[in-house]
Amino acid sequence: MGLSRKTKDTLIRNILFLAALSSIVALGLIMVYLFVEGLPIFKVVSVPDFLFGTLWYPTSDPPDFGIFPLIVASLAVTALSSVIAIPLGVMTAIYLAEIAGRRTRDFFKPVVELLAALPSVVIGFFGMVVVAPFLQETLDLATGLNLFNASLMLAFMSVPTICSVSEDAIHAVPRELKEASLALGATHFETIARVVLPASLSGISTGVMLGMSRAIGETMVVLMVAGGAAIIPHSIFSPVRPMPSSIAAEMAEAAFRGDHYRALFAIGIVLFLFTLAFNLVASHVAEKHKQVGAATL
Amino acid sequence: MRKILGMVAALLLVASTAFAETAIKVDGSTTVLPIMQKIVEAYMKAHPDVKISVSGGGSGNGIKALIDGATDVAMASRAMEPKEIELAKSKNVNPNQIVCAIDAIVPIVNPANKLSAVTVAQLKELFMGKITSWKDLGAEGPVVVVSRDTSSGTYETWEGMVMKKERVFPGAMMQASNGAVVQTVSKNKNAIGYVGLGYLDASTKPLTVDGIVATAETAKSKKYPISRDLYLYTNGAPAGAVKGLIDFVLSAEGQKLVKETGFVPLN
Repeated sequence: MGLSRKTKDTLIRNILFLAALSSIVALGLIMVYLFVEGLPIFKVVSVPDFLFGTLWYPTSDPPDFGIFPLIVASLAVTALSSVIAIPLGVMTAIYLAEIAGRRTRDFFKPVVELLAALPSVVIGFFGMVVVAPFLQETLDLATGLNLFNASLMLAFMSVPTICSVSEDAIHAVPRELKEASLALGATHFETIARVVLPASLSGISTGVMLGMSRAIGETMVVLMVAGGAAIIPHSIFSPVRPMPSSIAAEMAEAAFRGDHYRALFAIGIVLFLFTLAFNLVASHVAEKHKQVGAATL
Repeated sequence: MRKILGMVAALLLVASTAFAETAIKVDGSTTVLPIMQKIVEAYMKAHPDVKISVSGGGSGNGIKALIDGATDVAMASRAMEPKEIELAKSKNVNPNQIVCAIDAIVPIVNPANKLSAVTVAQLKELFMGKITSWKDLGAEGPVVVVSRDTSSGTYETWEGMVMKKERVFPGAMMQASNGAVVQTVSKNKNAIGYVGLGYLDASTKPLTVDGIVATAETAKSKKYPISRDLYLYTNGAPAGAVKGLIDFVLSAEGQKLVKETGFVPLN
C-alpha cells in the first residue's frame, strides 16, 4: 500500500469516528420516527387527557385514550421489583466482594451473570406456568397473574445487573480505606457498612438505575405474567397492564397510521422519556459520587 | 459508461416485469384479516404473477374503500348497510356479497368449574364486572374475567354480539391471542374467557349459551347465538384475477385454511 503513515492514520481515525457516529444516527432516526408517528395523536386527545385519563379503550367508538392506569402499572411494577431486587443484588454483591473466598466468588459470579443471559420469554413462561398457579393456590388469590408475580420475575432479571455492577464497584474500593478502618478498631461489618458501601455508592447507584431501567422497559415478561387488566392496582395482587405490554399486544392489530397506532407510539414516547430520566439520574449520581482517589471519602 | 447502461437496462427490465404483474388490493375487517392473510399467502405462492396486498382498516373503512374504488375486495364482519349500498350505487359501484367463513365465539371456563351453561345476559353481566362471584351462578369462588385485547377482531365480535353497546370492564385480564386466553383459563380455576370455535381443546370447558352447544352445525344454522357470517365484497361479480382469488377462498383448500385460522368453514 502506498499510503503515507499520516493518511493511514487519518483514515483509521475517520473510520472509527463513523462507527461511533452510527449509533448516534440510529438513535436520532428512531427518536424522530417515534415522535413523527406519535405526536399527531394529540390532535385527537389533549396531553392531560392522554396522561391522566383512566380509561383505555382505543378501538371503541368514540375511543378513550387514557394511559394513566398503564403508567401507574409500569411504575408500580418497577418500584416493587426494585424493592425485591435491590437488597438481593446489593447483598449478593457485598457477599461476593467482601466475604466470600476466592473460589466461591469465582463460582458464584458467573452463575449470577448467567441469570442475565436467560431470555425474558423463558422467565415469562416460568412465571406464567409455575409461579402463577403456585401464588394462586398458596395465597388463595383470584389470579396468579398479577403485579406481584410480574415484579418477582422482573427482579430476577435486574438482580444480575445490580449485583454485577455493584460487585465491581465494591471490589474497586481502595485497600487502604478498609485497612485504615480495621486499624482503627472497626469490625468487619462496621467497615463494610461505614466505609466500603459509602465509597462504592456511585457504582451501586449506577447498577440500581440500570436494573430499574431494564425493568421498566421489559416487555415479554409483563406481557405474559402481569395479567393485562388496564386498571389502577388496588393491591399488589391486582392484575395490571404496564406500557410495554400494551404496545406489544396491540400494535399488530392497530390500523396503520390510525389513531390507535399513533396512541401506541405516543405511549412509546412516554416510555422513552421515563427510561431517559432513569439513565440521566444514573449518570448524574455516578458523576456526583465519583470516587477520584483514596482521599475523597 | 457501458456499466451504467447495463444497470439502466437491468432496472428497466425489473420495472417492466413489475408492471406485468396483476395487483389486487384487499382491505377491511380485522376479524377477517387473519383468514385473508393466510389465504393470500397460499394463493400468491401458487400464483407468483399476482401481487396481493392485504390491510385491515376495519369493516367500515374497507367498505368505504370499495365504494371509492380504492380496493378490489372489501372484508367485512357485518353485512353492508342500506345506506352504504345506496352510496355505492350512486358512485356506479355494484357491491357483490360473498360469505367467506362463519365466526363463532365460545365462552370457556376452567374444567374445575361446576358451571356448564350460561345465558347471553349472564355473559354480559360477567364481562361488565357486575357478577363478581361464581356463587351467583351456582358455582364457587371469585370470578376472574379474561378477555381479548380491545383491538382484536374477536373482541369486536364479542362486544357486538354479547356486550351490545356496553364495554368489557377494565378489570378484565386482556390477552393478546386466543392461545393466551386458553392458557390463562386452563391455569386458573376462577377464570372465564372466550375464544373462536377453532381454539377449543380439552384444557378448558366450553359453556353452552342459551342452552345451545357451540358446534360447526349450530354456528352455520345461527342457532348458536354468538355466531355470524363473515363477508367479502367485490364490485360486481368477480372477474379476472379477483375471480381467481375469490374462487380459491371458496375452494376446499381455501376453506381448510379458514378452519386452520380458527373459524368455521362453509362446508
